[in-house]
Amino acid sequence: MSFDQNAFLIIITASIISISCGLLGVFMMLRKMSMTGDAISHAVLPGIVIGFFVSGSQRGLEVIIGAGILGILATLIIDWLKNKAKVQLDASIGITFTLLFAIGIILINMLAYKVDLDQECVLYGEIAYLPIDLWITKAGFSMGPRITYLAVLNLVLVSGFIFLLYKELTLTSFDENFGLVIGLPAGAINLALMSMVSYTTVSSFEAVGAILVVALLVVPPATAFLWTKKLTSLIKLTCALGIFIAIAGYYMAYLVDSSIAGMMVAVAGVIFLGSAFVKSIKPNWIFGTSSSIKPLEN
Amino acid sequence: MSDFLYFFTFQDSSIAFVVIGITLLGIGSAYVGTYSFLDKKALLGDAISHAVLPGICLGFMLAGEKNPIYIVTGAFLSGALATFLTSWLKSNTRLSDDAIIASILSIFFGFGVVLLTVIQKSGNPEMAGLNQFIFGNAIAILEEDLYIYGGLAILIIITLTAFRKEFSMLVFNADFGKSIGYPMGAIRLVFNVLMILAVVIGIQAIGVVLMAALLIAPGAAARFWTDKLGKLLLIAGAFSAVSGILGTYVSFVIPQMPTGPWVVVFLSLFAFASFLFAPKKGVLSRFIARRYYLKKTHQDHLLKLIYHGLESGKNSFAIEEIYESFPYRKRQTKHTIDELLKTNLLTLNQGLIDFTSKGKSEAKRIVRLHRLWELYLNEYMNIAPDHVHDSAEKLEHILTPELEALLENRLNYPKLDPHQEAIPRDNDEL
Repeated sequence: MSFDQNAFLIIITASIISISCGLLGVFMMLRKMSMTGDAISHAVLPGIVIGFFVSGSQRGLEVIIGAGILGILATLIIDWLKNKAKVQLDASIGITFTLLFAIGIILINMLAYKVDLDQECVLYGEIAYLPIDLWITKAGFSMGPRITYLAVLNLVLVSGFIFLLYKELTLTSFDENFGLVIGLPAGAINLALMSMVSYTTVSSFEAVGAILVVALLVVPPATAFLWTKKLTSLIKLTCALGIFIAIAGYYMAYLVDSSIAGMMVAVAGVIFLGSAFVKSIKPNWIFGTSSSIKPLEN
Repeated sequence: MSDFLYFFTFQDSSIAFVVIGITLLGIGSAYVGTYSFLDKKALLGDAISHAVLPGICLGFMLAGEKNPIYIVTGAFLSGALATFLTSWLKSNTRLSDDAIIASILSIFFGFGVVLLTVIQKSGNPEMAGLNQFIFGNAIAILEEDLYIYGGLAILIIITLTAFRKEFSMLVFNADFGKSIGYPMGAIRLVFNVLMILAVVIGIQAIGVVLMAALLIAPGAAARFWTDKLGKLLLIAGAFSAVSGILGTYVSFVIPQMPTGPWVVVFLSLFAFASFLFAPKKGVLSRFIARRYYLKKTHQDHLLKLIYHGLESGKNSFAIEEIYESFPYRKRQTKHTIDELLKTNLLTLNQGLIDFTSKGKSEAKRIVRLHRLWELYLNEYMNIAPDHVHDSAEKLEHILTPELEALLENRLNYPKLDPHQEAIPRDNDEL
């Protein structure tokens, strides 16, 4: 296969996106908040639509602000339902994200004639169009694909965030109460992490879609978690997996002619299930657990 | 308005079919969902509903058209695989529940998207029908679909009703069921099958992404209205059926609008209304109850303060003195005194506070309850006299007259509490 510049760009962008997602996903997983990540990535939809409508284009800063606000709002609603209304956590997550997502879909349908945004684009994204979606300066000079710039900016911010708050994030992930005792603002750190997740979701949704972002957030860290017990190697492994998923996903999608983002997730899934199989505590070929012991008979 | 009449008078038999269909599947999913909500496994439904997408696509590819039997079978199989993988991963890896569910959910959905794009690019003209499964379109339920979906919904409802005892044991205390000899493994298997079936039929109307709402929201909302399982199921079913019909109506009036999101919006309205306004458990009524309780305790403490003063021989109480006894709470104290003056328990005369006769007997009652409880703890629980005060401080506000009578009887109408202070009766003089 000869060197293809478009393929190279797509793979690079996809790797960058999955690394940013994976970095955040590691901490989400350690905090047992993977489903909250799922909820946020669904919940940013109305923010994206409103931002889109206000700014009139998907390039606007409004889109990112709108989605960020909605992501934080979703976190706050979940917390409120759990702590104030005493709804159990899983139900709070389920109710919050379905409501916000439903509102997003309704808004898309209501504004369908006014904005150039269809639900499939938001849901699945399409990274294959990346090479033709160029960032053109006012002077008419082409700077290269726009989404790649977004992804790089996102990666810089995410890794900066994690580099600066590494100690705090680690500590509050493993022992939030200890963090509170030694004076770390655990709530604020949590909210900051959630905002980063919302921002990453928004900046990636055009490429991989609102739902598949979840897969990139959750699956590589979960896979890496099966292989290591150290946080630093967990992070490194997650990044490596992200790059591998991007490369393998692209070529697999090329072979069967399907969605690249979907294929990336499918590859990630195969690796995840394979790792789980290899690393399972006890291989169990029979459906169910061991047969029950017969009671003694007299 | 004419739309409204047209829809709700069921002049069109296809609308009647749709309404029957959505009511049945709403109730079916609400029933299953309520059990899984009580089992604290609400998000498993979310995972299953995302996970049926590849099955639907495979069924579609094999049949080459939107054949309900192929699609239901495909969806069921992939839902079952997802459920099995979830429980397998849980028992065989050290991943946490939420990571497992989120992974399975997104992996299956990713596969589904791959298959969906493959179908899209194959250019099959029936493709348009497939998109309905993403967001649901209840209006598109045809009569022949209805027999399958409605029949499955009825099957779910009947099974859950017939084996209510077994399923409630499963969600409330599975270990107990196992210890008295029920085959809990088989019951869980049946329950999972029902859950997958509910998802499979529900997505027709509401779509894979939002199906979780139909499973979770009715049960969660109904939980705020009752503590009885029977009533819980009925209320959840009603919420779900009404939202389903309303959602269908909206997508009937605005044709390009999918049903799912509107059903979810109506369901969430019911849910949030329940969270806020339900009697007893709602946020609002708990807030009011708390306020009332805090007010009551402060009144009681104030009356007790004056009574203790009288006991130690003090005769006049300046209002400022009372304020000083409750530091940093002057506003609340002032408010409480106003309240007590209004209810005629205290009198205010030239800045001096005094009991009315009604107030005095109320104060005696509180002090009596306090001391009776202290004595009870001391005599019956063998708690040292210097450890009984804190508990009595809490219970003096909530002991009922019946309990008071019982305590008096048990302790044989005592004169003194463990600290050798008199237990005041109504006709005692100070």
